[in-house]
Formats: sequence, C-alpha cells, structure tokens
Amino acid sequence: MTVVQRQSPGRTARPGDAPRSGPARGSLAGRRRREALAGYAFVAPDLLGLLVFVGLPMALALGVSLYEADGFGGYTFVGLDNFRLMASDDQLWQSLRVTGTYVVAFVPLCFVVSLGLALLVRDHFPGVSGVRAALFAPNVISLVVVGIVWQFLLIDKQGMLSNVLRPVGLGDVSFLGSPGLAMVTYILISVWFFMGYNMLILLGGLKDIPREYTEAAMIDGASSWQRFRHITWPMLRPTSFFVVVNSMVGAVTGLQAFDLVYVLTRGGPANSTSTVVFYIYQQAFGFNHYGYASALTTVVVAFLVVTTGIMFVATRGGRFHAE
Amino acid sequence: MPSDTATHALRPRPRIGVRALVAYLIAALTVAPLLWLLVTVFKPGDEVFRPGLPSRLTLDNITYVLTQIPLGRYVLNSAVVSVAVTVVALALHSMAAYALARLRFPGRQLIFSLIISTLLVSLPVILVPLFLVVKQLGLLDSYAGLILPAIFHAFGIFLLRQYYLNIPRELEEAADLDGCGYFRRWWTIVLPLSKPALASLSVLFFLANWNAFLWPLIATQDPNLRMVQVGISTLQGQYVSGWHYVLAATVVAAVPTVVAFLIGQRWLVDAIKTSGLK
Repeated sequence: MTVVQRQSPGRTARPGDAPRSGPARGSLAGRRRREALAGYAFVAPDLLGLLVFVGLPMALALGVSLYEADGFGGYTFVGLDNFRLMASDDQLWQSLRVTGTYVVAFVPLCFVVSLGLALLVRDHFPGVSGVRAALFAPNVISLVVVGIVWQFLLIDKQGMLSNVLRPVGLGDVSFLGSPGLAMVTYILISVWFFMGYNMLILLGGLKDIPREYTEAAMIDGASSWQRFRHITWPMLRPTSFFVVVNSMVGAVTGLQAFDLVYVLTRGGPANSTSTVVFYIYQQAFGFNHYGYASALTTVVVAFLVVTTGIMFVATRGGRFHAE
Repeated sequence: MPSDTATHALRPRPRIGVRALVAYLIAALTVAPLLWLLVTVFKPGDEVFRPGLPSRLTLDNITYVLTQIPLGRYVLNSAVVSVAVTVVALALHSMAAYALARLRFPGRQLIFSLIISTLLVSLPVILVPLFLVVKQLGLLDSYAGLILPAIFHAFGIFLLRQYYLNIPRELEEAADLDGCGYFRRWWTIVLPLSKPALASLSVLFFLANWNAFLWPLIATQDPNLRMVQVGISTLQGQYVSGWHYVLAATVVAAVPTVVAFLIGQRWLVDAIKTSGLK
C-alpha cells in the first residue's frame, strides 16, 4: 500500500481522493487491487512486445558480439576477437569517416535551412499553408522512391539536372559517379528530404514565443536581426536542441543512413557513401558475419550515447537560462 | 501594453511581398523533382530522357507495371501490413498509455521509464539481433514476421500518455460511479476522447509502415511476401534501360502516401509539432 502511495506523486493525488465508501464499491483495498490488476493487464501486451522485439535484441547485441555466428545456427565463442578485428578493418574506418562527414555536414546544414524556412513561412501571407505543405512534401514519400527518383534525375549526361546545368557548362558532371561528389549529392538530397520535417518542429517552437516580446522590441526600435538574435534565438533553444539531437541520431542510425544509400549508391563509388549502418548490414546479410556486425552495433550505440551525452551537458540540456 | 488595435496595426498586413515570392520559388523548386517524376511516367517510353513536355500523354507505363509486374501483390502486402500494424499498435498503445497516465499500480513509474528509454532505439541499431530473434521465433518469411516487430515502439505510448494526462478526470469518474469496469471505461470513454491523437498517430504509423524498406528487405525472401518498397527496389536492377517502368512503379508506390498526407495533413502536422515540444 505504501508503495502505491509513493507511486502516485502530486499530479495524480487529488483533493477528492479520500476513500469513497459506496454500498456497491467494496473496500478501498479491493478497489486499489482491482485498479492495479487492470493497470498491469493494460500495460502487459505492449511491455511484452517491447521486451521481445526491442529489449531482447539490445541485450543480445552485446552477447552475440562475443560469438561468431555462421548464419546457419552455429555459434562459436570468440571472446573479444570481434572487437580486436575492428582495429585492422580498413573498410570500417572508411565507413566511420563517411558517417562522421555526413553528420558534420548534414546536421548543421539541415538545421540552418530548416530554420530559414521556418522563419520564412512563420507569418501569414497568401498561400502560406500551401507553401508549408510543399516544403514538407518530400518527407511523406519513401526514401526508396526518393532514391530512385534522384538517381533518374542525376543520370550522367542525360538526366534532368544535366540538361538544366548544360547552359552553364556543367552538363557533364557526374553527380553520383565520383566519390567526393556522390557524398555531396547524398547530403543535399537528405537536406531536401528532411528540411520540411524540421521546419514544422521549429514552427511549433516559434509559435510558442509570445508575440508581445517581439512587438515590444519593435516599438523600442530593434532591427529584425536584433530581434532574432536576442529574442527568437534564445527562446527557440529547447526546440533547436531537439532538432539537432534528433537529426544527429537520425544521421548516424536512422533509415536515411541505410535506405537512401542502398537505393542511391549502394555505398559507392569506392565505398565513398558506405555509412556505418550500411556496412553493418553488408557484414551481417552479405557475409553472414552476425557476430562481427553485432560488435559493430554496440560500438555505434556507445558512440551515440557518448556524443549525445556530451551535447546534452555542453548545452545544459538545451534549456533556456535567464542569465 | 499596447491595446488590441495597436497590436493589430503593428502586424504586417498580409500581402504578396518579396518574402512571399521567395517562399513560392523555394516551394516550387522543392516539389519540382516530384512533379517531373509525375510528368515523366505519362510520357511515351522513348521520350523519357527528352527535356520538356511529352508529345502525348499515355497510361502505357502505369498499365504495364500493374499488369506485367506483380506490383499489385506488393501493394496488397504493404496495405495488409500497414493497416494491421496501425490498428493493433493504436489499440495496444492506447491501453498502455491509459494505464500509465491514469491507473495507479506499483512499478508504474519504472515501467514508464523503461518504455521511454527505448525511444531513441531505431531499427538499424538492433537490426542484426532483431533478425536473430525473429528467426529463432520462426517468423521469417511470414506476415507475422513483418507485422509484429513493427508494432512496438515507445513514441506512440509516450504521445498518447501525454494526451491522457490532459483529459479531465471527471469524465472517467462519471463512468466509475455507474460501475463500469476498467476495460469498458477505456473502450467507451477514453478511446472516443482520444480521436485526435489516434488520428495523428494513425497517419504517422501508416506512412512509416508503407514506406518501410529495411525490415521487409531482410525479413522476407519469398517474392509473394514482398512489400512495395522492396518490390520497386528490385525493379532497379531488372529494368536497367526501362526507366519509364521503374518510375511508373515508384509513382504507384508513392500515391498512397501522398493521399494519406493530404487526408491527414492537419493531424500529422500536430503529431510532428508535439514531438518537438517535449
């Protein structure tokens, strides 16, 4: 009983929470027990599902990484061999470079573009909701379709973009054919895909900034840059923090690191767009190296937890402090 | 504090200024690739790479992919899986969220924290061990193997719980006095009250599952179980010089998402904005 009371903090405790004695309601203890049983029954299916399909795999990842599995049911214990193997795996380091470059380029670029768009469509003008929908549109289409469409638009020499750029002498550029450029293309397509999504989140944050603040600043003669710098930017900080962390997690472990790569470039040319996630997929399902792939997975998770933690501490949780 | 009229006067009046023109231009450039795709699939096959508008409009490409490729089967598989996942997930998440928001039981906070701790876990992270689990359960190459792992995700539970915390308790208490059991209370009162949140999530879940690629790619080998994204990705290799067919198939795959977006735009936008506020 005491446990029950501790479990219900101020939010759930109400003034009218005193035991209600009705003729048909039974004792308070009986009521509490019925409520607890119902609670467990309601949570059980989801909890069980999460345990089997999320919790168990997470726990298993660490276990499997100590084995080498051949994919036919055979497992051999190899201790930390899988982790030792990583040091000399050039392709792993290449994929880490790809993911690192992608994060460093995609996250800030996408944030700046999304914020610019959010500020652009923040106030009303004729057709503003149509513009917002158009900017968000790429995000509802699957990354597979996106990959196929851009592959088509970027076909060497014959593609739409080559036709558009021919007059300025860029008609023969191979956007997916050269290592450096393929990476740039992958990043820009990702920005195009995600900018509308981030824009919507930032719009939500902008809407929560009281109009009175900017209006008061306008009366005081603050320029639009000053209003942005001293009102909008600091007050938008929690939302910005969410967008940046969200983009970062997505850039490392999201579907954009697999689906788009798989369809657009298959990691090429010369592994220049082979992300860590794509490399793990290749190791597991191309070569049946489940143990090694699991070991790689644990490293990625550790990397992500550490970077997110550092960011969280560095930005003090992204909260706005009135200093 | 300025009066209402003064506040009003300060706001820029709606007019088509430079800002609006820039916005129109960016919006047009953003959707241009998708519009170009749409134009291209109605072109005759030999004009696919010709810049400009088609000499005539044709349904040949669409007809071909619907009749000569088992695209219909892929679409059906995706529809079955997406709808099943969405309906089951909404029911289970709503029940769990109701319990976590409203019912008092020992360990509730712990369970909630456990669920929330999985919020950032994405499929690529647990892909390999999840595959091994599903394989051990004998669910590879089955609808169950496509549906079950897609159901359980913390985001829906989290969003619904936030929503239920804001539903007035009085509405439930009226039912309590009538001697309603907890299941009936959830079914007759909580569920109807959560329509807006359920609508948001249903659009989100449907889109996510219709667009799913990685899990269906590794969970099925049987061509009869291919979902639409996997289906169109296999065409890429098969029709190297048949871009008009590949593109027609991608349009067929994209149409349901665009329709879902247009129908559920308001709810979808709500769900996305809410996710950023927490």
